[in-house]
Amino acid sequence: MSDDIHTSVLMGLGGILGILVAASLTTAVLGRARPAMDLGEVRMRIRSWWIMAGMFSLALIVERGWSLSFFALVSYLALKEYFSLIPTRRADRRVLLWAYAAIPVQYFAIYMEWYGLFIIIVPVYLFLAIPMRMVLVGETAGFLRAAGTIHWGAMIALFSIGHIAYLLVLPTSTNPNGGGPALVLYLVALTQLNDVAPFLWGKAVGRTRVVPSVSPNKTWEGLIGGVITTSGLAVLFFGVLTPFGLLEAVGAGLLIGVFGFVGDVVISAVKRDLQVKDSGALLPGHGGILDRLDSLTYTAPLFFHYTYYFYG
Amino acid sequence: MHALLRQAFFWLVVRPFLLIVTGMNVRHRERLPSDGPAIIIANHNSHLDTVVLMTLLPARLLKKTHPVGAADYFLANRLISWFALRIIGILPIDRSGRAPGTDPFADVSRALEEGAIVIIFPEGSRGEPEQLSTFKKGVAHLAKGHPDVPVVPVFMHGLGKSLPKDDWVPVPFFCDVFVGEHLFGSADHDAFMEALTERIRELAAEGRFPEWT
Repeated sequence: MSDDIHTSVLMGLGGILGILVAASLTTAVLGRARPAMDLGEVRMRIRSWWIMAGMFSLALIVERGWSLSFFALVSYLALKEYFSLIPTRRADRRVLLWAYAAIPVQYFAIYMEWYGLFIIIVPVYLFLAIPMRMVLVGETAGFLRAAGTIHWGAMIALFSIGHIAYLLVLPTSTNPNGGGPALVLYLVALTQLNDVAPFLWGKAVGRTRVVPSVSPNKTWEGLIGGVITTSGLAVLFFGVLTPFGLLEAVGAGLLIGVFGFVGDVVISAVKRDLQVKDSGALLPGHGGILDRLDSLTYTAPLFFHYTYYFYG
Repeated sequence: MHALLRQAFFWLVVRPFLLIVTGMNVRHRERLPSDGPAIIIANHNSHLDTVVLMTLLPARLLKKTHPVGAADYFLANRLISWFALRIIGILPIDRSGRAPGTDPFADVSRALEEGAIVIIFPEGSRGEPEQLSTFKKGVAHLAKGHPDVPVVPVFMHGLGKSLPKDDWVPVPFFCDVFVGEHLFGSADHDAFMEALTERIRELAAEGRFPEWT
């Protein structure tokens, strides 16, 4: 266990525990009160939440090497899910291995707090390496599509998600209120709650659709309600978990609220394109790992650079 | 001694490998046999198919589970043959059919009578990865001879991408394993094969698989 876990991180994790206990109790009471109601899907979803929250909490309180191994595993599973989901060419089997090989390199850079390498390994070096390796294979039919889709997956699963890990290793001087782990907790908790809030607002008052061809259930009412809720929560917790002032916290809330939505609908568009409902079957009740990470693929890099700009 | 090596191989090599490199999405796992005798029929894309099916069964059944493999391929040299017979535990079968009057499935029949679970790939070989070729009829004959033994159809996708024929470097992909409802052998070979192929086709239609060229 890491020797300097800040009490604010423990308080935050306690809060998550509270929410999960409340959710489990609610379904238990509901199951008793209305036995006719089908709660199978909800129960499965909550069970998966317990497992995910448990692993995430553990990742925040153990030694840095273990934490980063956890995020590397998340990137690996997300990349594998993506490559299993998209059309690939048999000729590119070795090329995919290069994308996988970038995972340990990127996470090593994060471990070393080597910002310069972290920020270019996937966007620059892997971007150049993939077509180079493909040329060596020599299959030109579908070349551009393959090069583009392979790199896009690495950007989403590795680069975007890697920003959560880099946030974790930011020095305590960046955030006296619990350091990197507190910032990760702030980002991830707000992003996940932001997935729920627009859904509830949309159910209650939703009318006007935002992007009907991509995600017919998303409404402006839900989006706006969600952004307001998330900004409210951002203001509620900034004093405990972040170095932000009030205005910066409002900015962070707006950022996570708006771009969490964008990440969600971008992955929805990808799934629609591929004509699948879920990105995978790894998380019972949720679908695949990309279904869960969708909003984070946008909020993680944006929140990281927002914080890094002011306090890095 | 060999039984121990076999267990060790599956627990220390196969299971960790499958967990990390492939990762499996199994649908209708409850339809797999909970005890022998049984015949499992699957489409064949990769060497991984065999070990995947063997690890999906409860661990206590490993000792009585035997994939059927081509003698000409798996008994080609002493090392491969030792590994195939002792560690994987294959039942070798003569694909050439050169000896008239003998039943190529004689050993398989005996194993079924002793309560074994046998795994058969009726496509005959791994073929072109991720493409279903026609099933050979030997399995209909076998099922007719054992009318009380359930025949469980399984459709698999993805392993042929992970480790196709003529390649030795595994590439991580998630794979799908869809288990169908069992059927029993019948006197009408063609009808049986038709029913079996239909079940596999129905299972394949449950998933949506990306193009792989």
